[in-house]
Amino acid sequence: MRIGVVTFPGSLDDRDAARAVRIAGGEPVALWHGDHDLRGVDAVVLPGGFSYGDYLRCGAIAKFAPVMSEVVEAARGGLPVLGICNGFQILCEAHLLPGALIRNAARRFVCVDQRLRVESNRTAWTSAYDEGAEVTIVLKNGEGGYVADEATLDRLEGEGLVVARYLGRNPNGSLRDIAGIANERGNVVGLMPHPEHAVEDLTGPGTDGLGFFTSVLRSTLAA
Amino acid sequence: MARVVVDVMLKAEILDPQGKAVHGALQRLGVPGVADVRQGKRFEIEIEGDLTDDRMSQVHSVAESLLSNPVIEDYRVHVESEPVAAERVEP
Repeated sequence: MRIGVVTFPGSLDDRDAARAVRIAGGEPVALWHGDHDLRGVDAVVLPGGFSYGDYLRCGAIAKFAPVMSEVVEAARGGLPVLGICNGFQILCEAHLLPGALIRNAARRFVCVDQRLRVESNRTAWTSAYDEGAEVTIVLKNGEGGYVADEATLDRLEGEGLVVARYLGRNPNGSLRDIAGIANERGNVVGLMPHPEHAVEDLTGPGTDGLGFFTSVLRSTLAA
Repeated sequence: MARVVVDVMLKAEILDPQGKAVHGALQRLGVPGVADVRQGKRFEIEIEGDLTDDRMSQVHSVAESLLSNPVIEDYRVHVESEPVAAERVEP
């Protein structure tokens, strides 16, 4: 199972994402922002970092990268796509997911082992979790406040598209404690916390993040 | 040559932590009478040749698709009038 990981100028966590894919049992494939080519992968991860230096707005310039036109088209066709942190911002900018991420309400960069509740396991990236599972995954962001208008938030809640929610103190001002959302089809997921940093006991707070990667391996096998 | 200015501001209902930080700094400096501060972005776009309707609609299009995110921001476009610089020199 080949999972593409896109590297943009300023991506930080592409290597960790590739490593997480490998640990989960998949084959990571490096994708380049400047190529109009997904190299036939079965799923794509848009990793965390600061693509294009976060200039203009986080993800605003990355959405026009050549590879993104392929990602957007493939995502609309059902290809599983996971955007982590900066990747989530890119998915929102590219209108694959509703809403936007703004500067943390507390005006500080946060870097914590964050407790989350997995609200939906009906997505390509969360099927390995029990619904309602409580997990601990690294959260590190400066602009992670999820916002959308009330109607959009109500729709996300009503249709079960909230994928994960922050537990305990809201770390970044995200409306309704939203940490991650999915599109209607469940193939596109955006997540502010970093599951790729929680796949090994030695290098993270545990292995709670591994499920995101094993989920997609399972869903692409089933497809 | 013409200069077209695009001002981008967060929508009123979106929290602006940067504006709040500036507001806090003004209060610490003892600047009186400041009720609120919002921070935005200003883009000065220099247009080659004549500013045609086509060029202006292009500016609007990039203002909406790239310079601003309509989910959280509003933008305004205006053409900077040349006499402004001359007025500054006069007094």
